[in-house]
Amino acid sequence: MLVNQFLFLGAVLFCIGVYGVLARRNAVLVLMSIELVLNAVNINLVAFGAMWHATDPANLSGQVFALFVIAVAAAEVGVGLALVLMIYRNRQSIDLDEVDLLKG
Amino acid sequence: MFGLLVAQNIAFYVIAALIVFGALRVVTCKNLVHAALWLVLVLAGVAGQYILLAAEFVAVTQVLVYLGAIVVLFLFGIMLTRAKTGHDLELDNPTPAKVGAGVIGVLLLGVMGYALWDAWRGQELGDIVVQRTAEVSDSLFSTYLLPFEVISVLLLAALIGAIVLARRD
Repeated sequence: MLVNQFLFLGAVLFCIGVYGVLARRNAVLVLMSIELVLNAVNINLVAFGAMWHATDPANLSGQVFALFVIAVAAAEVGVGLALVLMIYRNRQSIDLDEVDLLKG
Repeated sequence: MFGLLVAQNIAFYVIAALIVFGALRVVTCKNLVHAALWLVLVLAGVAGQYILLAAEFVAVTQVLVYLGAIVVLFLFGIMLTRAKTGHDLELDNPTPAKVGAGVIGVLLLGVMGYALWDAWRGQELGDIVVQRTAEVSDSLFSTYLLPFEVISVLLLAALIGAIVLARRD
């Protein structure tokens, strides 16, 4: 198999995620789109990891980095949803267009 | 060997099509819960791609953490932030903004696709050797021990932060 197969899949998933972040207005859906972006990155990391592993069997950096990204993504979703919950509690809505306190 | 390669390629393209379709549904779906369920398809497909890349431990972690924990968290988030008034709030930005987002996405895809094609054209993945969990843990607990500890502190801080933020005073 070619490396580019996986890299292109990652690129497509990344761009769909970016579209979701820009086009959605609901905060939970924006967080889901961010998950798509993080998964795209993980596909790239594991694909490059497999490629390096084929030439240097002692090198497993790709997989280890993917695990770190998964752990950070879990932390991000936890804090992100807590923030969304706070916004909902204070404003009765999670419409991102209404969160404009800093606009002055 | 050749037959196995063909099978791998077929599996790759089937799973890739599922992932792309599911991802498109996640960002266009009109129903929040359906979007979360399409996300399950995407995440499971990504786990399948890890299996194809012989990264078994990452695949299992993907299923446990993403499918088991993060999707449930999202469903809870959806449940707790439903509008009490009953009428469905607008989920998407107005159409001009959506068109702009689509243009940005396609342009980004074009740039990244060209860059990838230019840099990795014809590069073979090589013989995919199974990367065993024992090797991954050896690497994790020797070379990457310090980042691992930092990640655990980060997770703890994020958990405490989430509890403090979401607590009802």
